[in-house]
Amino acid sequence: MNTKTREAQELPEDVELLLPWHAAGTLSRRDAARVEQALANDNELAARYEMVRAELGETIRLNETLGAPSARAMEKLFAQIDAEPVRKPKASFDLGAWLTGFVTGFSPRTLAYGATAAALAIVLQAGILAGVFVKERAVGPQLASYEQKETGAGAYVRVRFKPQATAADITAFLNDNSAFIVDGPARDNGFFRVRVSDKTMSPGELSEIVKKMARNPAIDFTVPSAQ
Amino acid sequence: MSANPATSDEVLIGRIANGDRLAMQVLFARHHVRVFRFVLRLVRDEASAEDLISEVFLDVWRQAGKFEGRAQVSTWLLAIARFKALSMLRRRPEQELDEEKAEAIEDSADTPDVTLEKKQKSEVLRQCLTSLSAEHREIIDLVYYHEKSVEEVAEIVGIPEATVKTRMFYARKKLAELLKTQGIERGWP
Repeated sequence: MNTKTREAQELPEDVELLLPWHAAGTLSRRDAARVEQALANDNELAARYEMVRAELGETIRLNETLGAPSARAMEKLFAQIDAEPVRKPKASFDLGAWLTGFVTGFSPRTLAYGATAAALAIVLQAGILAGVFVKERAVGPQLASYEQKETGAGAYVRVRFKPQATAADITAFLNDNSAFIVDGPARDNGFFRVRVSDKTMSPGELSEIVKKMARNPAIDFTVPSAQ
Repeated sequence: MSANPATSDEVLIGRIANGDRLAMQVLFARHHVRVFRFVLRLVRDEASAEDLISEVFLDVWRQAGKFEGRAQVSTWLLAIARFKALSMLRRRPEQELDEEKAEAIEDSADTPDVTLEKKQKSEVLRQCLTSLSAEHREIIDLVYYHEKSVEEVAEIVGIPEATVKTRMFYARKKLAELLKTQGIERGWP
């Protein structure tokens, strides 16, 4: 029997070879699931896994006792770097790096507003495209999110959605209130103009609708709108 | 005002490529201890290990523009460190390098039972980990301490992924043999 054959016979199943990586948490999700399943079905393998975990713990302890380098290493490195010729920054434009820097420069709130605006833009765009399609066919229902820009009779309110509101939240809000977005978002304050009725309403009626809308968790602010 | 998230290693490497000394300091602060411990376990001499980490990071300063981002920065650092440590060991032939010269555990006059009474099991395990050959120490450290995947170990050590798995198995087998000489019978692997 040659050495290779003997070694191959000596080696355990692949799933057992993966135990050290499973203990360290560096397996792919698929392999980790495979190992987990094998551990659940094999008590002997589970006992061996405990030995692996003990090795892992002691290897970490051993390495942690090794201490850290003295300041000499850093001093030596930067003395060498200072002795290197001055490097000219790259002139080429790195789009990836620029985009990363651009996006990380925004606060989370700004990013959230941006994401909401993008989600709304997608909803509106989808509505407009579907509306055009439906109009051309002249059959079928119109989407709640699309209407020709209203300037005539009817009752309107202005609403601003919360930054964390999703497209699904906004669609649900519009359906619950039988409302249609007719304009927006305004560039300066993010308000949308929403038609809530095709008939004119009294200020009292409109105020009640605004109060109801304000209770919706997707809404940041709402106010009656002039036609 | 919200705190900025930590700059990624890849972004730091990009800045280092443009000569940003501060980015180099951040990268050094983030990784130098782990790189030091990795090479110290290989060369077993603190002064040499300190010299090596200066050389590793100087290479990073010089080669940052060539980093392609196919591997993690920490994997790249360990690959450079390993190459430099092995080069140093080759220049010092007296340094133990392979399994043949692996430090044997000092023989004890005690019986295994007495040894176990004197030392905790975990202490014995750590002693045996120290006594492995450089090749076996290296793979165990990379997997357990440096948390490197099979693919990453293959990249650092320069061997096929299948060999990484079998080398780890044989390192653990050797560990079990060493433990047995100290009175700890695991029966596996």
